[in-house]
Amino acid sequence: MHDFGYHRPASVADVAGLLASKGEAKVVAGGMTLIPTLKQRLASPSDLVDLAGIAELKGVKAEGGGITIGAMTTHAEVHRSAEVQKTIPALAQLAGGIGDPQVRNRGTIGGSVANSDPAADYPAAVLGLGATIRTNKREIKADDFFKGMFETALQDGEIITAIHFPKPEKAGYSKFPNPASRYAIVGVFVARTAGGVRAAVTGAGPCAFRSKELESALGGSFTPEAAKAVKLGADGFNTDLHATAAYRAHLISVMAARAVAAAS
Amino acid sequence: MPTVEMTVNGKRASAQVEGRTLLVQFLREKLGLTGTHIGCDTSQCGACVVHVDGRAVKSCTLLAVQANGASVTTIEGVANGETLHPMQEAFRDNHGLQCGFCTPGMVMTAIDLVTNNASPSEEEIRHGLEGNICRCTGYHNIVKAVKAGAAAMKG
Repeated sequence: MHDFGYHRPASVADVAGLLASKGEAKVVAGGMTLIPTLKQRLASPSDLVDLAGIAELKGVKAEGGGITIGAMTTHAEVHRSAEVQKTIPALAQLAGGIGDPQVRNRGTIGGSVANSDPAADYPAAVLGLGATIRTNKREIKADDFFKGMFETALQDGEIITAIHFPKPEKAGYSKFPNPASRYAIVGVFVARTAGGVRAAVTGAGPCAFRSKELESALGGSFTPEAAKAVKLGADGFNTDLHATAAYRAHLISVMAARAVAAAS
Repeated sequence: MPTVEMTVNGKRASAQVEGRTLLVQFLREKLGLTGTHIGCDTSQCGACVVHVDGRAVKSCTLLAVQANGASVTTIEGVANGETLHPMQEAFRDNHGLQCGFCTPGMVMTAIDLVTNNASPSEEEIRHGLEGNICRCTGYHNIVKAVKAGAAAMKG
């Protein structure tokens, strides 16, 4: 790892100032992806701006029938939150299955969503629930947020401050985890909402995406059988040492069926 | 170079470090606390697990500066003088180790697990140990040890 300047500002306004004044600065939230990236010298920022000292970025609160989660809230905190367990149990369950306990104690929802790892769990929930991403500059709808592999709608100097999830009627998440990393080989988040059924897939493409095929099948009948009957072609899905595109296409229907069966 | 100051096993510790110094390097090289092991150095094996403000973390994936001001507990800080921590004793009683390299991380993870769930089931223990790798035991006796350690920690 190359050396860098380290800053722990106390407010979001100070973050913006630091990012503007330091040419090659990077923001660190929990650091569960960034620190390994620095160790491998895949990134060598001049400065790290640590968000850990900003109290306003932490915590879960009820808002407008749904919940709002501060960007620096850890996966373990989301998993154990009585508020999340009551309002969107599928989200609490998802957070409890990310990585391992040590990752969940440090990793944050804002960091995971901003990173847009193709196999991360949270992007599926953000898209599947039609969440709103709040930044220090604006609000971004989930449908407009994920742009590609490690690519989002966030601009330079823009950081996530919180994510608002509306309460669904029912929601469920199921993933086929890589047995070593626990990243999703495929994960599917399904939600039945007042505005229709949403189904978001992670692990299969360059970033999380909604499946129109699943949504239309589940809109007709919100049952595991309807999800299982969806047959997707392999085109556009990832192939790597863990699974082929065709295998992932098959897993999408299977994970969707399990997510519907588990939905509450 | 930044100066970091933290409480380690109840004592104040302070040193100048580079921004890039990992917490595990600070503990081992600056403080001589070599009970915390470096196994994979890639956040996977869990040999380096310590508690930061009461939560199990992998100290190879945390900068020393990120732990500035925190309270850190390492494997050296869990026994009470000559009396082993009940979880350490349970690992010994149940043959929860062979070569012992992963053991400090296993014990630190197990203590955090039981702190959050006083009576974990076998399934919960296995899920809770997902971040710790042992290449000797096949995990069976480690799971037994955590179960016994949990019972002992209640008593």
